[in-house]
Amino acid sequence: MALDQSFVGRSYPPTDPYEVGREKIREFAEAVGDANPAYTDPEAAKALGHADVIAPPTFVFAITFKAAGQVIEDPQLGLDYSRVVHGDQKFAYTRPVRAGDRLTVTSTIEAIKSMAGNDILDIRGEVHDETGEHVVTAITKLVSRAGG
Amino acid sequence: MAAKITYGDVEVGTELPTQTFPVTRATLVQYAGASGDFNPIHWNEKFAVEVGLPDVIAHGMFTMAEAIRVVTDWVGDPGAVVEYGVRFTKPVIVPNDDKGATVEVSAKVAAKLDDNTVRVDLTATSAGQKVLGMSRAVVRLA
Repeated sequence: MALDQSFVGRSYPPTDPYEVGREKIREFAEAVGDANPAYTDPEAAKALGHADVIAPPTFVFAITFKAAGQVIEDPQLGLDYSRVVHGDQKFAYTRPVRAGDRLTVTSTIEAIKSMAGNDILDIRGEVHDETGEHVVTAITKLVSRAGG
Repeated sequence: MAAKITYGDVEVGTELPTQTFPVTRATLVQYAGASGDFNPIHWNEKFAVEVGLPDVIAHGMFTMAEAIRVVTDWVGDPGAVVEYGVRFTKPVIVPNDDKGATVEVSAKVAAKLDDNTVRVDLTATSAGQKVLGMSRAVVRLA
């Protein structure tokens, strides 16, 4: 059954702050095999003009996707998550995520489309730091495949 | 920001150094832990086959993280990435053997934009299949 179009534009309450730790960034950089010193060495990061070590560009997805859970699990929306695949992912950065950031995410349903029985859901996650400064916008496209 | 590459030094068509990234089951387990994405399709062969996949597949976000390294290694400062987006077109299938899979990523400058930024178009393939589509980054150069 196609998802209700009236959910387009609906926003969910901001998440509790996620505190970005240096060691979590290091763990992520190691997991993707990326030895760029900006991720692990504060002096190297400062030499590039950053206040502390920064996170790899896709690091923030773990935070925005968890926040998108509010949408995915909204019983009123009624998405069948067992049929969901990740279609597209996009990030628009105001600045990189860095150690010490306390990030909150506000998720909004950007679009709902139905194509060939598939439900396609775009969720926009706006990420702000503790001062209210915008850090990054994540757009996550989920495709719920037609029932078989 | 401190990009190594200057805007004046690149032209449309400038190619970035191609890189090949290995992916094994161990890589996927490590990525699952670091990212918090424990979906069993990325580590449990029995589960993956039951949901209709040929084998365990890599996290799309893992592939996305590898692909941008071609850009961040080139530019030097990962903080110079202004935008990055991909479409997940085919899964990276990761067999349970000594070799696993590889993801090959090439990239070239597709457009010079305002404010010292350029658009880089990325191509990522695994086992001869294109695994990312519409894969683009906007990066600010020196």
